[in-house]
Amino acid sequence: MDHWQSLQSKLIAVARANPPSDRVPYAFEKRVMALLAARSAAEPLALWVRGLWRAAVSCTVVALLLGAWAFFNPAASTKADDLSQNFESTLLASVDQSDQMQ
Amino acid sequence: MERTEAELIAAVLQGDAASFEPLVQRYSPRVFATARRYARRESEIEDIAQEVWLKAFEKLKSFRGEAPFEHWLMRLTVRTCYDFLRGHQRNRESPFSDLTEPENDWLERFVAQPETASENAEAAKLLVGRILERLSPPARLVITLLEIEDRSVKEIARLTGWSVPLVKVRAFRARAEMRKIMAKMARDKYL
Repeated sequence: MDHWQSLQSKLIAVARANPPSDRVPYAFEKRVMALLAARSAAEPLALWVRGLWRAAVSCTVVALLLGAWAFFNPAASTKADDLSQNFESTLLASVDQSDQMQ
Repeated sequence: MERTEAELIAAVLQGDAASFEPLVQRYSPRVFATARRYARRESEIEDIAQEVWLKAFEKLKSFRGEAPFEHWLMRLTVRTCYDFLRGHQRNRESPFSDLTEPENDWLERFVAQPETASENAEAAKLLVGRILERLSPPARLVITLLEIEDRSVKEIARLTGWSVPLVKVRAFRARAEMRKIMAKMARDKYL
């Protein structure tokens, strides 16, 4: 056995002969229970906050996508104008008809 | 009458969080003793123990009751300690020139007459701590479990989640790493 080997064995023997203490700090279990209680109290609020953040992010993404679609697709925008005009004439059709009757 | 471990766990799982307290009281000494093998400062040891219990509460649903609760908890403790080691890799490169006088004396006594160097000397304990602190996290974990706690390779594989061949490879590398550190210690001291 070489010198390092014997020093290594000796140091391992030292560590084995001196196991660490298993002392627990005073009222440690109370501290853990208080932490758990604080966590569970914060949980419903955290769920709400998380949900609201997710909703905000998805709304932003949808708004950006629609914005990009409207910006890069002018033909679609024209169609949208037509749609608005069609919608207006349909809505006002009865008024137009009564005007013509008079 | 004192409730059994299984009763306490079942109560916690049914929503009675207060039943967790007796479990914390019963097993904290083992958690603290394990944490003290890997961390030196009391504040760090307490943080590890606290994290172990918070994780244990969160993951209690995954405890199937096939093995004793203590084994499941020890697995959680060892893995938390390993995460701690990986997150706190400081002091690994500092030189050995700052050895205290008792540590130097113990080393010199060992060099002169190995069998007379006491295993209970405070200096020897400090020296072991210094060497272990310089090991990489996997090496420190494997040396502690295999050599100091005298656990089997299979047991270490179960505790760490590593495969049996990986434990063997890491044990081989850890011994080599430890010898390298001791050689560096000798160089810093005598050159």
